Amino acid sequence: MSIEHLTNTLYLIASILFIYDLKLLARPRTAVRGNYLGIIGMALAVAATLISGRFDWDWGTIVLGVAIGSGAGVVMALRVKMTAMPEMVGLLNGFGGAASVLVGGSAMMAAFVAYSGGPTPSGGDLQMKIATVASGIIGSVTFFGSYVAFGKLAEFLCVKWKLKTWQKVTKYGVSAATAAGAIWYGFAHWDPQSTAEEVYALIFMLSGVAIAGLLLLKKDRFPGMDALKVVTAVAALGFGLLMVRQPENILLYWALVGVSGILGVLLTVSIGGADMPVVIALLNSYSGLAAAATGFVINNDVLIIAGALVGASGVILTNIMCKAMNRSLANVLFGAMGPTGDTPDADEVYRNVKSASAEEVAMVLDSAQRVVIVPGYGMAVAQAQHAVRDLANQLEARGATVEYAIHPVAGRMPGHMNVLLAEADVPYDKLIEMDQINPTMAQIDVVIVVGANDVVNPVARTDPKSPIAGMPIIDVDKARTVVVIKRSLSPGFAGIPNPLFAMDNTLMFFNDGKKAILELLAAVKEL
Amino acid sequence: MSDLVMLLTVFVLAVFVGIEIIAKVPPTLHTPLMSGSNAISGITIVGALVLAGALQGTEYFHPIGKPMALVAVIFATINVVGGYVVTHRMLKMFRRK
Repeated sequence: MSIEHLTNTLYLIASILFIYDLKLLARPRTAVRGNYLGIIGMALAVAATLISGRFDWDWGTIVLGVAIGSGAGVVMALRVKMTAMPEMVGLLNGFGGAASVLVGGSAMMAAFVAYSGGPTPSGGDLQMKIATVASGIIGSVTFFGSYVAFGKLAEFLCVKWKLKTWQKVTKYGVSAATAAGAIWYGFAHWDPQSTAEEVYALIFMLSGVAIAGLLLLKKDRFPGMDALKVVTAVAALGFGLLMVRQPENILLYWALVGVSGILGVLLTVSIGGADMPVVIALLNSYSGLAAAATGFVINNDVLIIAGALVGASGVILTNIMCKAMNRSLANVLFGAMGPTGDTPDADEVYRNVKSASAEEVAMVLDSAQRVVIVPGYGMAVAQAQHAVRDLANQLEARGATVEYAIHPVAGRMPGHMNVLLAEADVPYDKLIEMDQINPTMAQIDVVIVVGANDVVNPVARTDPKSPIAGMPIIDVDKARTVVVIKRSLSPGFAGIPNPLFAMDNTLMFFNDGKKAILELLAAVKEL
Repeated sequence: MSDLVMLLTVFVLAVFVGIEIIAKVPPTLHTPLMSGSNAISGITIVGALVLAGALQGTEYFHPIGKPMALVAVIFATINVVGGYVVTHRMLKMFRRK
């Protein structure tokens, strides 16, 4: 067996391991094993690659890169708090996208760009050129899109309030580095002999400055934004076409990466709040597609298979998230979510709101047999998951059954609530899906809503003109008593009032999520 | 069959396999699935290694392309290692009654 056969066989085994990884990740009992298989698969793929060079490598560079990357990866992954997991997932996606951009560019240079003292470049076929264009566009959109998602989730992009030191350093540092890097590179490759080259260099520099500027915005939207999305998308494809004709012109590649970066920023910057899970899932899909495109650049099966698997999983999650909001992907990416002209007046809706104290809520809980807790993003913000678990344990010790009802888009990423409650040691079989809990809602004595709003708004069922009309919700209004823990009557992401708060069987407990639960816990203990 | 058609075939079949195996994942595992698949997308490390490790004068070597590929190796490794470690941390927390 030749070395090439051995390498390809190992790639095949790695691909099979990746498939098993994802298959086992779909069941809680086998998920840990699945993750181990993925690690083995990745190690095999790397080993197979290194064998294929018959050990004629620049080992210094390889070891240096892997060592720095591993160190940084482990430190980030071990230090990140569970509450910061949406940001972390967003950030990791971005690194994958950036790697694809760099690999595409580097492969292009090796194949087409001559250097002094080097051999004549070997060139490449049409497939390689098109795939490099795809790597550049998808990779750049993924990288900048992921950075924006990270910044919005870590609350330092598109916000008006005062930033903490690390937020300032990151925000202004990244903007300054992007603009300065683009300008420096553009001037370094400035070629007065060629007008075309000058234009490409200028476009690259302007793209860098534009991205840097967009990242400093203090709001989500601005006029002409959608038109700019179209312009940058068309420009990226145009540069792609030119690049296929002149692959030796690396400035063209950077111009393409630059305008794609603007597109990536624009596509994510307008999306926030409750739409975030869709974007995180979508970026996950992009990072897979970028890897697959890179596979077409260097003719590598394992890259294509692994990238396709990730792309598919991201698409499925995106789909699940969109369905859970009854919105199309196009509507999430391009449409604005907000109150319409028909939205009823909040003061009118909230005329009969009943506010309750911790003691009053505890009295209601005293006689409850079945209690269901509905967590939302507010629970994550208040970091109330441990307090919620303590309250649930206390109620169970008093003889009640306590379950959790989870809406698919609660939180800022798919499965956000599940991760937080798992961190608080809540067994996953107590977390009930929306479709399973809804038919039993009428038999539930008390529902406690912690920091959720739009996903329990009955208007989605009753008012076909509402912006959330048709969105599947948790039917908490059908329970015997509803306790809503909330700081104020302020609207959720959809910007509309919630008649649930004013219903006869609803008690509002106005307080910070964590404080409220702790007060409630103390009151229940005193019963 | 040409190389391109062959690779496209592999890509399309892999997409179908992906859809088939992931379609029924429960919401509890949505986040670990995302971070786990995210780690797999770091497979770009394979391409980055070939370009960063190429010796002078060989097919994949380019004096400017090489440092770019080194950065790619670092990024892809962060993606892979960070992704697997974070996924493991989350999965360890999930337990039954």
